[in-house]
Amino acid sequence: MKWEIKEGLKYARTHEWAGFEGDLVTVGITDYAQDMLKDVVYVELPEIGQEAQVGESLAVLESVKAVSDLYAPVDGEVVEVNEALLDRPELVNEDPYGEAWVVRIRIDAGYENPELLGEDDYAALVKEEADR
Amino acid sequence: MKREQPLLFELGAPGRRGCSLPPLDVPAKPINELLPPQMQRQDPLALPELSEGELVRHYTALSTRNHGVDSGFYPLGSCTMKYNPKVNEEVARLPGFALLHPCQPPESVQGAMELLYRAGLYLQEITGMDQVTFQPAAGAHGELTGMMLIRAYHRSRNDQRKVVLAPDSSHGTNPASAAMAGYEIKEVPSDERGLVDLEALRQLLNDEVAALMLTNPNTLGLFEQDILEIAAAVHDVGGLLYYDGANLNAIMGHARPGDMGFDVVHLNLHKTFATPHGGGGPGSGPVGVKEHLAPFLPVPLVEKGEKGYFWKDDLPHTIGKVHGFHGNFGVIVKAYTYMVMMGAAGLRRAAADAVLNANYLMERLKNSYALPYDRRCKHEFVISAREQKKRGVSAGDIAKALLDYGFHPPTVYFPLIVEEALMIEPTETESRETLDRFAEALEEIARLAAEDPASVLAAPHTTPVSRLDEVSAARRPRVCWTGNRKSD
Repeated sequence: MKWEIKEGLKYARTHEWAGFEGDLVTVGITDYAQDMLKDVVYVELPEIGQEAQVGESLAVLESVKAVSDLYAPVDGEVVEVNEALLDRPELVNEDPYGEAWVVRIRIDAGYENPELLGEDDYAALVKEEADR
Repeated sequence: MKREQPLLFELGAPGRRGCSLPPLDVPAKPINELLPPQMQRQDPLALPELSEGELVRHYTALSTRNHGVDSGFYPLGSCTMKYNPKVNEEVARLPGFALLHPCQPPESVQGAMELLYRAGLYLQEITGMDQVTFQPAAGAHGELTGMMLIRAYHRSRNDQRKVVLAPDSSHGTNPASAAMAGYEIKEVPSDERGLVDLEALRQLLNDEVAALMLTNPNTLGLFEQDILEIAAAVHDVGGLLYYDGANLNAIMGHARPGDMGFDVVHLNLHKTFATPHGGGGPGSGPVGVKEHLAPFLPVPLVEKGEKGYFWKDDLPHTIGKVHGFHGNFGVIVKAYTYMVMMGAAGLRRAAADAVLNANYLMERLKNSYALPYDRRCKHEFVISAREQKKRGVSAGDIAKALLDYGFHPPTVYFPLIVEEALMIEPTETESRETLDRFAEALEEIARLAAEDPASVLAAPHTTPVSRLDEVSAARRPRVCWTGNRKSD
């Protein structure tokens, strides 16, 4: 497959990745998503302390092609945002799983979102979308 | 190939002037007596210095770089770039219209008021609405006005609804306008027909929903055939139905939003009613409403009384003014002229020909490009460059290549539900020969994309500059002249 899908992450059907570490979840968009968007030129971040709700828009990514929402993959509270993206939106295209993380969300102990996909299921979703 | 045109700052020479000012006829005062030192500029202002002739040549050269409906085909989807008859301009320039002041007493502008009144009646007839305001200056302004009317209506019933629904194929301005009016937006998915997914809509409907914003036909150029069921479902939960009039050209004189169950509509006179669009504007986005929303309209409204036309200001529930005076009056004169010149039969014919032209092009182009929603279209249709993309040629590349054939490209990458979308709206005012030439150009580009993709990726070749760095322009825009002047 042309696009990287990283091990150890969970994926939303709307192409966000979520990295779980204790009660913190780091969120960004996937390699496939950045490739579909093309060159990202502007990122709008949420406020720290904002409530995150699954499926609701948390951030806005604007590319030369389209304006797209980043949807929260988990319920919780935004505790950190990646301000580096404000000056360097191109990071989203260069390093979507690393430097271009977008927000960190604190979740309640034991919280799970059963809707999130593992890497194999997400790979199948990407393949299906790309072949459509 | 046209040469690059230098900036004004790069032209001229120090001390050169376009005009000579007369000598001062009052005593000169030292600058220190007029301005405190901290308010005084330390360096001279770096203004261009040119003769009148140089200035005129500069702007004349720039003016020839424009592409408009007067210079060529402009099939920009959902923008209805139809020809703007010159008689409209002539009428708008009549001194009785052009030289009026909006503060003149009503008895001295009865003709202009009659025109507004009649234009309102015509638009009511065309849309099936009960009353019209001409204040909004363009489409998105009309949408915002419509959303404010909807909010005022619900609030007057002590109903604090929070949500506005819009389909995933909607014009981007729809969710933006609703958000600006303070609403939370929820997206209604399209089904495999490319139409509103009625079941998904029912799932989203509840007593929190203030309105559904809909374009009919939608941005795929497809008629929402379930519109009566959609309207009933929205009204059943107490919501209202908003009609985005951007695509009215497809149904003008054949079907009316008011009869479909819409409560509010906005129209784009600069699209459907043949007034200039974009830089040639300004626009005009009248909003029509059904009776139950009329008490909230902006004031003043023009009314007809026993002693002639008068301004009606006493609307206790009005949302207030959304524009100075009565909107872009000159544009309304042009649109009125268009309606009178066309007549009812002519307007019907315009819509029919717009649909015919779109279907003609669609049937031809579907042999060279993918057509994701292969159904009879209305005034526009959306093809996909997904096959060409496999060879590395995207919709954006095809748009660039079209410039070499002298055409304005269609809308690309919209609607969002079609990948590599090219959204084509030919309008009724194009001849078959033009449509054929455009189709031939797209067919040739498709052939090149298959045989020699590099040639398409290097296009355009005939424009003053080829590919602009859109990414840097968006990420790090430089909007100030910082270079050295020639003289330095």
